[in-house]
Amino acid sequence: MKITSEKDLQSVREEGLKSLCPGKTKISVGMATCGLATGAGKVWDALSGEIEKAGLEIELNQTGCMGFCQEEPIVSVHEPGKPRIFYKKMTPEKAGELIAGLTDHTLKTDWILGRDEAEPSSEGDAGKRDDTGHPSAVLAEIPLCRDLAFYRKQQKIALHNCGYIDPGNIVEYIALGGYSALCKALREMTPVKIIDEIKRSGLRGRGGAGFPTGTKWESCRRAPGTPKYVICNADEGDPGAYMDRSVLEGDPHSVLEGMIIGAYAIGSHQGYVYVRNEYPLAIKRMRKAIEQAEAYGLLGENILGSGFTFKLKINRGGGAFVCGESTALMASLEGRVGEPRAKYIRSVARGLWDRPSNLNNVETWANVPLIINQGADWFAAIGTGKSKGTKIFSLVGKISNTGLVEVPMGMPLREIIYDIGGGIPGGKKFKAVQTGGPSGGCIPAELLDLPVDYEALAKAGSMMGSGGMIVMDEDTCMVDVAKYFLDFLEGESCGKCVPCREGVRRARQILVRITEGKGREEDIEVLQDLALTLQDGALCALGSSAANPVLSTLRYFRDEYVAHIKHGRCPARVCKALIRYAIDPEACKGCTRCIKACPQAAITGEVKQPHVIDEGKCIKCGACIEACKFGAIEKLSEGVQ
Amino acid sequence: MINLTIDGKKLQVTDGATILEAARMFGIDIPTLCYHPTLSAHGSCRLCSVEIVQRGWSRIVISCLYPAEEGLEVKTRSPRVLRLRRGIVELLLARCPSSERIQVLARQLGIGKPRFEPDERECILCGLCVRVCHETSEKKLLNFVGRGFEKEVAAPFYETPQECIACGGCAYVCPTGTIRMVDGKPEFLWQRAKKPGQGEA
Repeated sequence: MKITSEKDLQSVREEGLKSLCPGKTKISVGMATCGLATGAGKVWDALSGEIEKAGLEIELNQTGCMGFCQEEPIVSVHEPGKPRIFYKKMTPEKAGELIAGLTDHTLKTDWILGRDEAEPSSEGDAGKRDDTGHPSAVLAEIPLCRDLAFYRKQQKIALHNCGYIDPGNIVEYIALGGYSALCKALREMTPVKIIDEIKRSGLRGRGGAGFPTGTKWESCRRAPGTPKYVICNADEGDPGAYMDRSVLEGDPHSVLEGMIIGAYAIGSHQGYVYVRNEYPLAIKRMRKAIEQAEAYGLLGENILGSGFTFKLKINRGGGAFVCGESTALMASLEGRVGEPRAKYIRSVARGLWDRPSNLNNVETWANVPLIINQGADWFAAIGTGKSKGTKIFSLVGKISNTGLVEVPMGMPLREIIYDIGGGIPGGKKFKAVQTGGPSGGCIPAELLDLPVDYEALAKAGSMMGSGGMIVMDEDTCMVDVAKYFLDFLEGESCGKCVPCREGVRRARQILVRITEGKGREEDIEVLQDLALTLQDGALCALGSSAANPVLSTLRYFRDEYVAHIKHGRCPARVCKALIRYAIDPEACKGCTRCIKACPQAAITGEVKQPHVIDEGKCIKCGACIEACKFGAIEKLSEGVQ
Repeated sequence: MINLTIDGKKLQVTDGATILEAARMFGIDIPTLCYHPTLSAHGSCRLCSVEIVQRGWSRIVISCLYPAEEGLEVKTRSPRVLRLRRGIVELLLARCPSSERIQVLARQLGIGKPRFEPDERECILCGLCVRVCHETSEKKLLNFVGRGFEKEVAAPFYETPQECIACGGCAYVCPTGTIRMVDGKPEFLWQRAKKPGQGEA
């Protein structure tokens, strides 16, 4: 059906509420890429089999990522009239017991992550939100999800539907207020009013650079020339970052709705979503979302009966990281090689096919519907002076709670890492956090109270970037980290401009040399010179920010560079050329476990006699340390005096 | 007409001119490698970088693409510009230590031996040959292949296409002599490569 009136939207909303709360037990499996990677697909199959076997009338459906990747696969069970209960780390083996528990009303408390207080349900159910059915004592012991340390300090705006609705079912999105912002924008607001609202909200680009979104829209609207294009940049490629993927997989309609509103405000009738081909599930869900939106008259011709036409096409990226850069992305969309160009004439004036083009990131678009619905003042009240709203971060690396977190701008890094992330596992010490992906910088422990805010992060030599947050512990060598990122960037340099093509490679060569213990006295100076050449000379942001990993590690961890170069030591004991493995004869019990584990037969010794490592044969793989039960093997980096 | 200042000289140029065109019109030398007045600007060698001051802000732009703007103040030889140019030429000299053109530039900028292990490449990937082939002869036979340091100029299958009319434009614009005319036909890098079909790699 085509929605043409508020009444139509209301009836779809009611249909959606029935789908969300079907009046019978509903089991949802978190089936975004993160869930699937930990086996959600098999859990689904097992649940489906068990439900059939038990002959129960249970609805099984899928949902997106709840953010708590550490605990995936997450399965939620919602019995009518009872709070929704979330089960963590589900396996196919547990499926049978879970289903059996539904018939004999027992709860597997050990498996429970948490519960919801009550469900938004259809009007008729509203009064029945008590906890009957479960012994209240048992229920009282189950924490509310929003009280869990991981969720307590989060504030979900762009992710508010993720992990809750079925991303493949538009009516569930509509049930929770979806497309009402579009309805409001088309019926009650002029394009200028929409742009004004976005400007006043203070929304800035979530792709990294932080350009004010409303100002960009306004420039594009005012730029002469037709047709105009709107583009969604979903070519997310930073190592360890997956914010955009999760939004597209868990709530594709929020991005669609944002784009349609943006297109109306700018005066565009054609849009493109540029998704990297490595995100097959995101592409699949986005494609389905577009089909459904078209079927409901929310996309295509005469949207909501308003006469406004907007068409959307998905383009898949071919694998180049640089295509996340706006001008390279547009070149790729045109079918040319994805290389950036100088931006002296901005793409809002001359972009795709030399026409005015407005490009925003996935997360930016996903924020738009809520700003239109709840108003600029609501949004601007969240965050800091110049950074408004929330930001999604993918918290990865040496952190207890790996996952996707959305926090208000201005939250200190310490709170994100320790309160939400649960700190560093294994009793290790925090060393640094890399924000902003390969082009960002490493922030040391001294600056943990730094707020996440575009300006504050830039001042510290890093950047907001798209939202990757890689936590590193004391066992991380910062020279090795810089080498890793430079290696990544060298491989992704398009090769067009000289500073990036030649300079990143040279910097990487020097870093390799340093980690191999062949560093030279002048290397730090050469690295700094290369950094200046890159910053001033490179064509696009890939090159001009490529020096950030080197500069920030030099700024905060210079002593590690000096230790490598001057003393032949790797303080974190990572760089293989600068370490050796040794067995402490006092601690060694002579159990021969390490001898069996060593792939090189480098360890010798009699039973119950201290063993010895032959350094000539040792490849420093670490298998012996893992095998030793007595902590008798250590890595040493003594260096040369 | 647009009024701007380059290296302290007040100049007047027609609307639409780039900084580089304005400078050259008045005899101010800005070095270039990937620029040719009859071809579209590529902006890849970055050698023509200049410093501009606008509303109290100073930044580096490439003069071959940046349009001359009213009231613009341009410095073509500021310490920041010269430092960048030296950085670029040092990188190019390490890539192509035998190139005469690069050697001359290095001498002019006071660069001795580059601080990097030299590679023995010939082509600097300025792309002039590609643009001549696309824009002047309109044959569109030459193109870039690959990316990053291993990027190269090639024709399909590393073969001189039958469609090549031997106009010689590519050899004429090549700043490093990588493409030469031999017996009235262009000789490309892949024809001299040690491993056939791999260009310089």
